[in-house]
Amino acid sequence: MSLQIENLTVHYQTLRGDVHALESSTFNVRDGEIMGLAGESGCGKTTLAHALIALAPPMKFVGGRVLLDGEEMPIWDTEKMNDFRFQKISIIPQYAMNAMNPIRKIGKMVEELLKSKKVNPKSVMADMNMKLDLVKLPHEVLGMYPIELSGGMKQRMVMVISTLLNPSLLIADEITSALDVASQKAVAEMLVMFRDQGCCKSAIVITHDISILYQIADTIMIMYAGQLAEKAATKTIINSPRHPYTKLLISSLPQIGVKYVENQLTGIPGKPPLLLHPPEGCCFRERCPVAFEQCSQVPPFIEIDKDHYVACWREVGSNA
Amino acid sequence: MKNQKKKNEFLYFALRNKKLLIGTSVILIFLVLAIIGPSLTKNEPFDYANPLGPQPPSSEYWFGTTFFGQDVFSQFVHGLRATFFVGAIGGGIGTLLGMLIGFVAGYRGGVVDEILNAITNIVLVIPTLAVLLIIAAYLEVRSIFTECIFIGLTAWPWVARAIRAQTFSLRTRDFVDLARMSGMKSSRIIFSEIAPNMMSYLLLAFILQFGGAILFAATLDFIGLGPTNAISLGLMMQYSVLWGALQLGTWWWFIPPGLAITLIVGALYSMNVGLDENFNPKLREL
Amino acid sequence: MLRVDRISKIYRVGTFGGKELHAVSDISFTIKDGECVSLIGESGSGKTTIGKMVLRLVSISSGVITLDGVDISSLEGGALKAYYRKVQGVFQDPFSSLNPVFKADRIFQIIQEQFYPDIDSQTWQGRVEKTLRDVGLNPEHVLNKFPHQLSGGQLQRFLIARALLLDIKFLVADEIISMLDASTRIDVLNLLAELKQRGLSILFITHDLSLANYISERAVILYRGCIAEMGVTEKIFQQPRHPYTQMLIASVPRLDQKWSSATTASSTVAQIGYQHGCPYLDRCPLAFEKCKKRPDLVEIEPDYHVACWKVSDNHR
Repeated sequence: MSLQIENLTVHYQTLRGDVHALESSTFNVRDGEIMGLAGESGCGKTTLAHALIALAPPMKFVGGRVLLDGEEMPIWDTEKMNDFRFQKISIIPQYAMNAMNPIRKIGKMVEELLKSKKVNPKSVMADMNMKLDLVKLPHEVLGMYPIELSGGMKQRMVMVISTLLNPSLLIADEITSALDVASQKAVAEMLVMFRDQGCCKSAIVITHDISILYQIADTIMIMYAGQLAEKAATKTIINSPRHPYTKLLISSLPQIGVKYVENQLTGIPGKPPLLLHPPEGCCFRERCPVAFEQCSQVPPFIEIDKDHYVACWREVGSNA
Repeated sequence: MKNQKKKNEFLYFALRNKKLLIGTSVILIFLVLAIIGPSLTKNEPFDYANPLGPQPPSSEYWFGTTFFGQDVFSQFVHGLRATFFVGAIGGGIGTLLGMLIGFVAGYRGGVVDEILNAITNIVLVIPTLAVLLIIAAYLEVRSIFTECIFIGLTAWPWVARAIRAQTFSLRTRDFVDLARMSGMKSSRIIFSEIAPNMMSYLLLAFILQFGGAILFAATLDFIGLGPTNAISLGLMMQYSVLWGALQLGTWWWFIPPGLAITLIVGALYSMNVGLDENFNPKLREL
Repeated sequence: MLRVDRISKIYRVGTFGGKELHAVSDISFTIKDGECVSLIGESGSGKTTIGKMVLRLVSISSGVITLDGVDISSLEGGALKAYYRKVQGVFQDPFSSLNPVFKADRIFQIIQEQFYPDIDSQTWQGRVEKTLRDVGLNPEHVLNKFPHQLSGGQLQRFLIARALLLDIKFLVADEIISMLDASTRIDVLNLLAELKQRGLSILFITHDLSLANYISERAVILYRGCIAEMGVTEKIFQQPRHPYTQMLIASVPRLDQKWSSATTASSTVAQIGYQHGCPYLDRCPLAFEKCKKRPDLVEIEPDYHVACWKVSDNHR
């Protein structure tokens, strides 16, 4: 599969004007790639995920193209997107544990879901059992109510449901944040297993916890205030980032073994800009230690190294 | 500055909400009528003004006259005053009592809550009409104020319940914990931390109580338990039926008050729904 | 200075309150003056309940908490207020901690009314501004605003400033940075560390091991309302003894090494509350017959306690 996003711009409509949640984003996701999408609150990662799968008011499609496997996805048209949702692109939502109908047995809910997509439940049965084995859930779970399962089990069940029809692209929206540590590890590893077994071709993993991405993602894309900052292989982002924001972000993460008395970490002073009237040029300008006059123009998201994209004027012309 | 924007945002939606606009307009019209109405007519409600007895509406008597020749319009506008009075005071007593009991039960919890809950349930189940009939039998003279007290004392349970439930959920919030750690007394916490968060709910509760009080008063008046020394819309309807309006066809005696009650209570409920939509951003349409 | 002695919290649950939930079961630890102790545990471990018991926001079912020798559950009225002058708390969600209908500075006004009614407004204003600067905020930017106009990081600092205005000796910090953005987290944490160096004792409640390691000298690992391991933070992390702690450290995602391929035992039931025997029994790879009885908290080294039969038996 391949995902190509070109100049995607999505705004939120509010009483006081449009919030520029996502501005002119262009990037690719390759076949088999697990891309981590990280950034602070308000950076646009959730907007991006929801725009791809369910663009509804107050979100407003402003421009751009999305091509999945070479086919253009009409994300502005909720009706037409029905053909894509669940079959070609699927999402594991945030708070997935609450995504199941509490008064329905899980098996019944799955049946209804498949029928609504005009798929015969029986034809998917064998595949589902295989997936349940993958996530170490007993087959009896289909006859249970959601309340009988623990948090981690519900999360895994939702993962199975989201990938029932083997979508090309799976979006995982903060699937580990509400879980305990052991379940987090299990769920994260399962995502990789799904990709390896072909239950989905590629995945975009949205999270604010970069250390999880280090464990399971092939590439990481960092976003800031609606703009793309950097995209590269995981090791590169962690060990040799080029964008000033990424550098400051990585260095502000406490790790086991680091103590205040020995090695005081620093954060990034200031806070992200309000996107109701976004600043001119690069959104990180105000907090950036190396900003200069050129930054009043929006830096292009260009490839400075093989598969390493950065949007920073300081990096333009260095390796391109 | 931000407060200004917040108020404007509220007004923006308020002025666009049809239910709120229509409801408020209707109430205002009747209110104005109640205030200036009595000065528009020279007749007192019980004066035997027209020697001809029951007459349909004419240019002299806008709403016609009753069986006894009394000016229906005069009765109408005086009755409106009484109706609004009962709504405000009766509804007000009900709301205040409900607030007091609801807040205390919700915040304190434990034994106090159990006791207050029991009291609430008892009052809820009492057949109010039967009790009132008995009380009415002992009271020779009943004023409008007595009626207000009756209504207030029987209408508070559901307000208390709802407030108790809200208080329960607000009580566990962090800002209440913070207030406790600041050494604030419980009563202060209820009134200065919890109640302000429920302002919109309290307003809605009062509006519903207002409408409910009017309706209940009209019912009491109609079956003869109304005030003995005043006129109200319900009493008009009672007299009209008592004195053969249905048989004689003197529709101008009971249709205005009936219509007025229906419109007022309907407008209040409409206001309520409109305000609810206004306060709850999720129900708004952009 | 603060001594927690065999405290428990039992809630009544179920229809008609028939069943009991032991959210916290027989916990004991101490915090000396100027020390920072972390209470580490996942959701359901009882760490927040312990914090609230120290803050007198939740009643203690059994056991005693003493501050400088005084039993805190005996305090009422004026004595309780005096307690709050010495002990305060900051919670996880800054937006929930402030009443949304009022301006944020109101919390300072309340402190003045309740604790310093004799100070005139001029002097008080000066004090507020100085304290705001001490926590790294610019008074001009943050005063006279509503909570939703400030960011999470600013609000947490506001709440820390409020505690400082009272000149407290002890702070309970319950997951205070978990809701903040990554870039502002470390600044608030550094602030806490700075205050500690100036003499403030801190009970740092968290689920994040790396934060505990960054800021605290000693740590208490909690699981389902019981202490698993307790001692000097560094020692625990370099060589954890309790199987639960070992699992925790192996499962936490790190930026410097990948997960080992060994699978960790996930639980199939909700992990809240203590029932009987060793709380980790159903998931522990080292469990044996004796574990059906709750392990004693044994001091296997000076100031290092572990509650595990395997470990304490081997040690003898």
